[in-house]
Amino acid sequence: MRLTGAEILMECLLEQEVDTVFGYPGGTILYVYDALVKYRDRVHHYLTAHEQGASHAADGYARSTGKVGVAFSTSGPGATNLTTGVATAYMDSSPVVFISCNVAESLIGKDSFQEVDSTGVMLPITKCTFQISDVNKLADTVRRAFAIARSGRPGPVFIDILKNVTAETAEYEFVPRKEHKKSGMLDALYDRNMADLHKPSIDEEDIDKLISMIGESEKPMLICGGGVVRGRAHKEFNEFVNLMDAPTAITVMGGGGMEGRNPLATGMIGMHGSQASNIAVNECDLLIAVGCRFSDRVALDPESFASQAKIVHIDIDRSEINKNVQTDHHIVGDAKEVLRMLNERLTQQEHPKWKEYVFSFPTETLYDEGGDTLNPKQVCDTIAKMMPMDTIVATDVGQHQMWAIQHFHFDYPGQLITSGGFGTMGFGLGAAIGAKVGNPDKMVIHIAGDGSFRMNCNELTTVQHYGLPVITFVFDNQTLGMVRQWQNLIYKKNFSETDMDRGPDFVKLAEAYGLRGRRVNNQKDLAEAIEEAMACGEGYVIDCMLDIDEMVRPMVGGGSHITDFMKL
Amino acid sequence: MEKMDNAVRQTLALLVDNEPGVLSQIARLFSRKGYNIEAFAAGPTENQGLSRLTIDVIADEPHIELLCNQLRKLYPVRSVKRLNTVNSIYRELMLIKVVTEGADRRNDVMQIANIFRAQIIDVSLETLTLVVTGDSEKLEAIVNILKEFKILEIARTGVVAIERGKATINDESKERGEFNYGKNVL
Repeated sequence: MRLTGAEILMECLLEQEVDTVFGYPGGTILYVYDALVKYRDRVHHYLTAHEQGASHAADGYARSTGKVGVAFSTSGPGATNLTTGVATAYMDSSPVVFISCNVAESLIGKDSFQEVDSTGVMLPITKCTFQISDVNKLADTVRRAFAIARSGRPGPVFIDILKNVTAETAEYEFVPRKEHKKSGMLDALYDRNMADLHKPSIDEEDIDKLISMIGESEKPMLICGGGVVRGRAHKEFNEFVNLMDAPTAITVMGGGGMEGRNPLATGMIGMHGSQASNIAVNECDLLIAVGCRFSDRVALDPESFASQAKIVHIDIDRSEINKNVQTDHHIVGDAKEVLRMLNERLTQQEHPKWKEYVFSFPTETLYDEGGDTLNPKQVCDTIAKMMPMDTIVATDVGQHQMWAIQHFHFDYPGQLITSGGFGTMGFGLGAAIGAKVGNPDKMVIHIAGDGSFRMNCNELTTVQHYGLPVITFVFDNQTLGMVRQWQNLIYKKNFSETDMDRGPDFVKLAEAYGLRGRRVNNQKDLAEAIEEAMACGEGYVIDCMLDIDEMVRPMVGGGSHITDFMKL
Repeated sequence: MEKMDNAVRQTLALLVDNEPGVLSQIARLFSRKGYNIEAFAAGPTENQGLSRLTIDVIADEPHIELLCNQLRKLYPVRSVKRLNTVNSIYRELMLIKVVTEGADRRNDVMQIANIFRAQIIDVSLETLTLVVTGDSEKLEAIVNILKEFKILEIARTGVVAIERGKATINDESKERGEFNYGKNVL
């Protein structure tokens, strides 16, 4: 059948079973938006306030559902507005296909209105980029883009379509996703991977070697990284934890990779890791890290990290092995598959003494009660007590993010949605919108700081328009808390440009967007506000007042030894 | 980038898809990781649609391994192999234009060319143009001698290298399988 490029694009989305798209129209993508009307019963488009909001929403959708997220933008500023969201998805290995249109072929390279070298801009922050200048290659390229985004270590792919391509016509035949490997470019790729190079099975010798290392270990320790979450290997990982009978820490990205209330969980590891996690990793004799890249926020000082341990790295991405920390053994493969093989071969281990030692250190930070403001643990505990267990938590970046991960318990992949790698302030609201759209039956909350919330609070308009009951909790300490904490500890209390002693009034802001809000400074009011928010069935902003000098505890300085806890 | 104490010149051979943008993707990786490309050669291969690149870079052992890992991860990169002078043969081609005013000087240059098995490919009343092939040391040597005359212009291809014996860039290895695991898109 003969279709226009724009229609082929929509058909390709249907091939991929995409029913949700976030985006913002503009000059060059008009043909696509024109075609969208024809497909609106099958492809639902969410118009955000800003392309950045669309990029985070597509990302949040992908992380919470495990499906590929899709975002549309126009050329030039539309594409560059996506970039922060693209980089965020890239650093956290989130499968999102970003589709932008560029100026027509006759105008390319002439510094035309709203023209930018989008594929050049996106190259360093995507798994792959494509520019499509031939309508006959459109379907094939889109199929390939989706395959790349979701395969191996997932990640964002950027497609730039020239405007004339979206208007031109070509023959198109609907190919269901299952048959893609037999069509066009994917056929060639399939041949190359299967016949020539691809080794589908995980090396059994590697597995056996790890089993024997486990047998020799008396003080094993596990780290649950983002790879467990992306690979949806939480059940297998939890079984592995129980078989190992070993203390297990999560990284920021690993939240939800195991049962948060598993008695073997030691909490977060690294810069704001619990004492139990950091001391255990320092004293263990075998460290098995699954889907974690030993970033500078986890390993801190790579030389002294787990110096008494044999380090075993399980990861799907071969280039992560020995990148940040030198390892003694590695297994390359999908976390789910590797863990299944390990669980099959592993006998029940017992480490009562080692566990007793590790869990003699606190796994959670306690705070002073009282005063005329709330403390972070009170806010988190009240939320956790009142909200359903499977509530999805999307965070921004800063102190509130660390508090949320320290005090909430996440049980399944996609329950915690946070920008761990790129640390994107302003990520949370867009991500929460995406998560709510993808999970209409679940409660979705957005944990923000007052600094982060100011950045992209414009998306309240999206929350209001689509009637998405996302509850925003602003951890409001009237400052850029995390930066202030560093200024306090490292820069001799020279609080340069971190005070947020200015508007807007978040309650009035919510009202301006047609939503309700409430400011609270004690647990009783907070509980009332949560009750009201849950009952109202629409977006709601709860402004929780915290002390300006509240800190994230414990803390280890960047590059320091992992047990060098600062005096706070 | 961190300071590298034991940095030496290394040669990498890459097999890549012949698509637009591949070179800029690879060049960007070098600059992002803080390496300067010392020499670069690209050309078609026995397989249509694949290009072979030979890249010289100065780096120490752990860093060159990381760089190779990052290169292997790129989508259009099929294969990366580190070559060295023991296991591989290196060749480079150079065109060199020398001023030769008068018959004596022309004869001198022709003799030098003979010794280096260079061929004369162009002649004018004032100049001779030679083509020389060999490893980089040989090319340096002839350049040094011809400096005594006046060199007008030099054009070099950059080094290309190929392994001795049966070994090729396509050889299977466990590591290669591990890298391609991440590229399995189906």
